[in-house]
Amino acid sequence: MNKRKMYIRMITASLLRRRSRMVIALLAIAIGATILSGLVTIYIDVPRQLRAQFRSYGANMLLAATERTFTKEDVDKALAVIPGEEIVGVAPYRYETVRINDRPILAAATDMEGAKASSPFWKVDGSWPASDEEVMVGKNVADTFRLFEGDRISVTYRPEDAGEEDLDNSVDLTVTGILDTGGKEEDYIYMTIAMMEELTGEDRGFNVCEMSIASEQSDLSGYADRISADSSVLDAKLVKRVTQSETTVLGKLQALVLLVTIIVMLLTMICVATTMTAVVTERRKEIGLRKALGASDRSIINEFMGEGLVLGAVGGLLGAVLGFWFAQAVSMNVFNSSISLMPWLLPATMVVSVLVTGIACLIPIRSATDVDPALVLKGE
Amino acid sequence: MSTLLELKNVSKIYGDLHALDHVNMKVEKGEWLAIMGPSGSGKSTMMNIIGALDKASEGEILLDGEDIAKKSAKALTNIRRDKIGLIFQQFHLVSYLTAVENVMLAQYYHSVPDEKEALEALERVGLKDRARHYPSQLSGGEQQRVCVARALINYPEIILADEPTGNLDEANEEIVVELFRKLHEEGTTLVVVTHNPEVAEVAQRTIVLRNGKVDHESINPDFTGKIKHITLQ
Repeated sequence: MNKRKMYIRMITASLLRRRSRMVIALLAIAIGATILSGLVTIYIDVPRQLRAQFRSYGANMLLAATERTFTKEDVDKALAVIPGEEIVGVAPYRYETVRINDRPILAAATDMEGAKASSPFWKVDGSWPASDEEVMVGKNVADTFRLFEGDRISVTYRPEDAGEEDLDNSVDLTVTGILDTGGKEEDYIYMTIAMMEELTGEDRGFNVCEMSIASEQSDLSGYADRISADSSVLDAKLVKRVTQSETTVLGKLQALVLLVTIIVMLLTMICVATTMTAVVTERRKEIGLRKALGASDRSIINEFMGEGLVLGAVGGLLGAVLGFWFAQAVSMNVFNSSISLMPWLLPATMVVSVLVTGIACLIPIRSATDVDPALVLKGE
Repeated sequence: MSTLLELKNVSKIYGDLHALDHVNMKVEKGEWLAIMGPSGSGKSTMMNIIGALDKASEGEILLDGEDIAKKSAKALTNIRRDKIGLIFQQFHLVSYLTAVENVMLAQYYHSVPDEKEALEALERVGLKDRARHYPSQLSGGEQQRVCVARALINYPEIILADEPTGNLDEANEEIVVELFRKLHEEGTTLVVVTHNPEVAEVAQRTIVLRNGKVDHESINPDFTGKIKHITLQ
């Protein structure tokens, strides 16, 4: 048997045959590593989770026309810049002034599914238009014309180039829902793009496109810059009140999690150091014996540090597994969504756990070398 | 015979207390020496100093011609490892290591652990069949025999035993003394501190300490290495 084998044998024997004490030390490390790994997982995953939550506050990027309008192809080209998984909703809008009962009203034509995704906070009394013959009206419009769900309205439009003798274009639509947002959206009626083209008799493109994208502000700014640079007809802008709020809240939350992580790390170190001090104290006779047999200070340090590092690695492994479970439980309860496994976190937790344990063991192990064999072997 | 260990005017002073007071003593190679004395006479202090576990306040300690009195703690560690085998009254075995692993522990710090050799050492003390037992599974006598095997495994120049039979019954006392006799026959130098006259009587020579000084010494004219009050089987 070589020295290394004997070293491993001594360490494993000490850990396995002195279970009760070592289990306490292992628990201290594993609990610390669990919280550490869980918090790091949350720290990394929280922005993703919160960004998804923030998307309920509506669009965070607007595409405006530099000239008069832009086309569906221009929007598709702009979307190519953004990773598909980050796009939550895209709603291009064409605005026209139409008439109901001879009174001018603003009409917005859009992709209803896109609008639903990019503006999830819209409250609709009834339902969204499901066909071209259906229309959703803003609350103010409904109040003005005393409109209710199921009513039929006649919407007219007079083309700019129409002569005096020409009749206005007219379509009859069924009101399916009343839109209540508390904002300017309540002054509009909403119809499908196809119906707007039928009403106006022309495909004039879009005036604006609202986009909801789940990305960091820096990425969003990058996307906006690229879209504006790549297109001569589009001007991409961030909705700053949304993006800045997101960044501020995320920053503060991440700082909080980081602070808690550091505190947990320090507490773990104190806990491990205390346990190792107890281990060293109760093994003073053994240390004295080893020194009497000719063990150098370095040997004593190596042996105790070896035990500490094995505990750190095992505790780290346990902590990484339990930490993922902890983060998953937090995520499910707080955000109602699962966290994706980050495999690199397993070795990272083990390395951090070993380092933290190593540092925590330094002082108690150093004190082990001060043991006077002549005193402790006499029982003093 | 040549001198293996010599103490010249060795004192150990704690404040006003002279635990050892200008002690002079010689131990020849292969000799079996007993050190006796009442409690507080300086036996254990002398043992610690001879065993390089403690430093003398004054004087010279020549071990194999080399003065170890002024050596550094690190040098004393090396001397304990290379030249001295220690046997304690309270055995001091590592509780979570088996008997053979306890013997190999001394090899580990000395050179390279050799399980076969450790088993042979246990066989010499009659414990080969108990090699895989933990100290808690061994009787006091068996634990002391493991301690003897550990002390002799590195072929030390001198074996120091501090009250080796202090915690043993008569039967086990006899076994341990018999082991010492065999070691002496093989040429091992033995220094045994004891308060038990029957154990001291089996040595070749006895030194009696009193108040930190050598009170007197006697040579055993009928030296056989065998304890008298019990019949060996």
